[in-house]
Amino acid sequence: MGAPMKVPAAGRMFMSGNEAVARAVWESGVGVAAAYPGTPSTEILEVLAHYPDLYTEWAVNEKTSLEIAFGASMMGARAFCAMKHVGLNVASDALMTLTLTGVKGGLVIAVADDVGLSSSQNEQDSRFWGRFAHVPVLEPADSQEAYAMTKGAFELSERFGAPVILRMTTRICHVKGVIISGERVEVPTTGFTRDPQRWVMVPGHARPRLPMMYEREAALRAESEVSGLNMVVEGSDRRIGIVTSGPVFMHARDAFPDAPVFKLGLSYPPPMDRLREFAASVDMLLVAEETEPLLETEMKAAGIACYGKDVLPRTGELAPDVLKTGFARLRGEVVPEPEHVAPQPIFPRPPTLCAACPHLGIYYTLSQMRNLLVSGDIGCYTLGAGHPWNALDATISMGASMGIALGMDKGRGPADANKKVLAVIGDSTFMHMGMQGLLDITYNRGNVTILLLDNRTVGMTGGQDNPGSGRDIHGNEAPRVDFAKLCEALGVKKERIRTLDPYQLPVLFKALREETKIDEPSVIITDRPCVLIDHYEPTQAYLVEDDRCTGCGNCLDVGCPAIHVTRRGKEVKASGKEVDLAFVRIETAACTGCGLCVQPCAPEAIVHADPKKTVQPMQFVRR
Amino acid sequence: MSTITNIIVCGVGGQGVMTATEILAEAALSLGFDVKKTEVAGMSQRGGVVTSHLRFGPEVRSPQVLPGQADLLVGFEAAESLRWGHMLRPGGVALVNTGRIVPPVVNIGLFDYPDDPVAQMRELGLALHSFDATSLALELGNIRLGNTVMLGAMSDRLPFPAQVLRDAVLARFASRKPALVELNREAFEMGRRAVSGESVAA
Repeated sequence: MGAPMKVPAAGRMFMSGNEAVARAVWESGVGVAAAYPGTPSTEILEVLAHYPDLYTEWAVNEKTSLEIAFGASMMGARAFCAMKHVGLNVASDALMTLTLTGVKGGLVIAVADDVGLSSSQNEQDSRFWGRFAHVPVLEPADSQEAYAMTKGAFELSERFGAPVILRMTTRICHVKGVIISGERVEVPTTGFTRDPQRWVMVPGHARPRLPMMYEREAALRAESEVSGLNMVVEGSDRRIGIVTSGPVFMHARDAFPDAPVFKLGLSYPPPMDRLREFAASVDMLLVAEETEPLLETEMKAAGIACYGKDVLPRTGELAPDVLKTGFARLRGEVVPEPEHVAPQPIFPRPPTLCAACPHLGIYYTLSQMRNLLVSGDIGCYTLGAGHPWNALDATISMGASMGIALGMDKGRGPADANKKVLAVIGDSTFMHMGMQGLLDITYNRGNVTILLLDNRTVGMTGGQDNPGSGRDIHGNEAPRVDFAKLCEALGVKKERIRTLDPYQLPVLFKALREETKIDEPSVIITDRPCVLIDHYEPTQAYLVEDDRCTGCGNCLDVGCPAIHVTRRGKEVKASGKEVDLAFVRIETAACTGCGLCVQPCAPEAIVHADPKKTVQPMQFVRR
Repeated sequence: MSTITNIIVCGVGGQGVMTATEILAEAALSLGFDVKKTEVAGMSQRGGVVTSHLRFGPEVRSPQVLPGQADLLVGFEAAESLRWGHMLRPGGVALVNTGRIVPPVVNIGLFDYPDDPVAQMRELGLALHSFDATSLALELGNIRLGNTVMLGAMSDRLPFPAQVLRDAVLARFASRKPALVELNREAFEMGRRAVSGESVAA
């Protein structure tokens, strides 16, 4: 966790984009920084929490993180928040009005787009928000620029009184490169100035601020025309000129070292006059942007002839080879055949739940039940949609399992009348955006059974603390939310809330059977921690007694990655039906002794590696 | 472009692919190279595919190594090495751990694990060294040393002396786990010896 560190002196450093932003935030004298974890942005706050001299926190969602930053900015402190692309959807309600008030202390919003969907439910282009909220957008092309632009963003924010969006992508956040860092500056907090006309956005106060916002945008447009962040890299081959921003700049320089490139660092508002000038200096113009054709459309509207998404893909990263294909298409040339061997077709290796993960028991049980409608949510437990469980029917966004489940319940027709509606949500996601949905369920008398999987961490992003973990961002003790009481307060009857151990499959199965039968909202809270956090105490590993294993394969349905097939066979049943057999072994190095696979094993072939040893129940100990 | 060294390290989440590449990057940095390192690792901690790209030279722009561009492919797992074989440039070399990690989708019978990924790579005409890094690590008593064995294996195929990489490995342990320095030195040398023969294309 974020214990304070001695900050390395200025100099040459090897840093990811996220680490570079964190360093720059500290150097910029920021007073308050907040975030909700989300790939690929998580490490910014995780790293920043180790720096001294500023307040950092895990917020419960992205909207509160921006509101916290805004509140601090009103106090005259420099403020920062970070989020992944979908996080800004959540925070946008605050953004769309704080752009009217403007900011006092510099306010920078780092937003990380997951171009190529390495760990997200969709692909979004956050540059849209610059247009929508009329705020400037900066786009770094590597770690050094992420560092330098973050520092520049605070100055820009204070000069124009506008929040600034620092738009990153996975290929910036998670790429390490060399940066030359500097020294920290102390920025005094100027203090709050009471001014309801400015800070209280009622219609009468907001209306006069609209033209002010557009004036600010015009001033930023003029700034963009002269800004050093927007620059031309000359090239000798003027047949095609490239307009680009972010990581694509580096790809373009690699793919076409001789092509002239217009690089946008301050990409919104775009410097249209300079772009027009650049267009006149080349034969053809290609706009290479991840991911939407924003500049392309705006340039065309401004009467600048250019190509873009007609030759480049609409989704995913524009890596050098992708750009080369687009170039060839534009010139009407044939794309040269690669000189390397063809990629070999091979099994996929999707991410999966860990050995002994407490979610395994949940999904094993759900996969054994019939006539369910299961609405899922965002987190490790979204993996329950995969093999072997195939246990989810829907997942879209943070906290949505609640509303979707209620909608499924209210919207069902005769074909689904007999089905039981369930929602599966994790602890952190529940607090992020799920609680309101539960209130909707209780208020509107929905018939939904909620599985609240409390593993005491934000698991998928690497184990961050939250109000359910009882620790703050520094690992210090913090008030811990009581989920049973919270659900009761949200209107679930006390007798319809139970807390149980997800490793006890019969108990879990019985609870699910009973609660889904009852026509009112109920919550089943599971309370075993993530196996990757803190000090997880494994108990004695299990092994399979080879001569007792019948090859039934029941244990494989649990989905634990520590169970491996040693040989396969076939058996003809008395009924004449042929069944496949899979004999197994357990990888003892990975097994923690959780005991899940023991429970469906009919021949009792799974035993403790050393039966004489006394086995303590699995413990969870805080370091 | 030829002044840039392109390396791909591949494996499975949890094997230490990223740490190994990080140490390799530190070695290159210590010589004053410009270095970029990038990962393709969606939810990598969950047993998924992990590839780490490392590029170093006088000036590195794009961090991505493209198919057919890798000078060196370091495979921490047999089938993963086959999966990324197309990243090698003609004349590039693969160093392959023959150890296998079989995923649940294979165990539950949805897909097959290739019979012999190394043989398949040789059939494709790829130059490679294969060895059982997992067993070598276990010989030294700790499966986690597999990481250092792999680093040792690549140390004589870099555009700088093996000792630079060895120093980077040992420096890391000296600051974090001094008790393990000697064991890691041994693991490093074991990896070096494992691939000291000629690389064979067929």
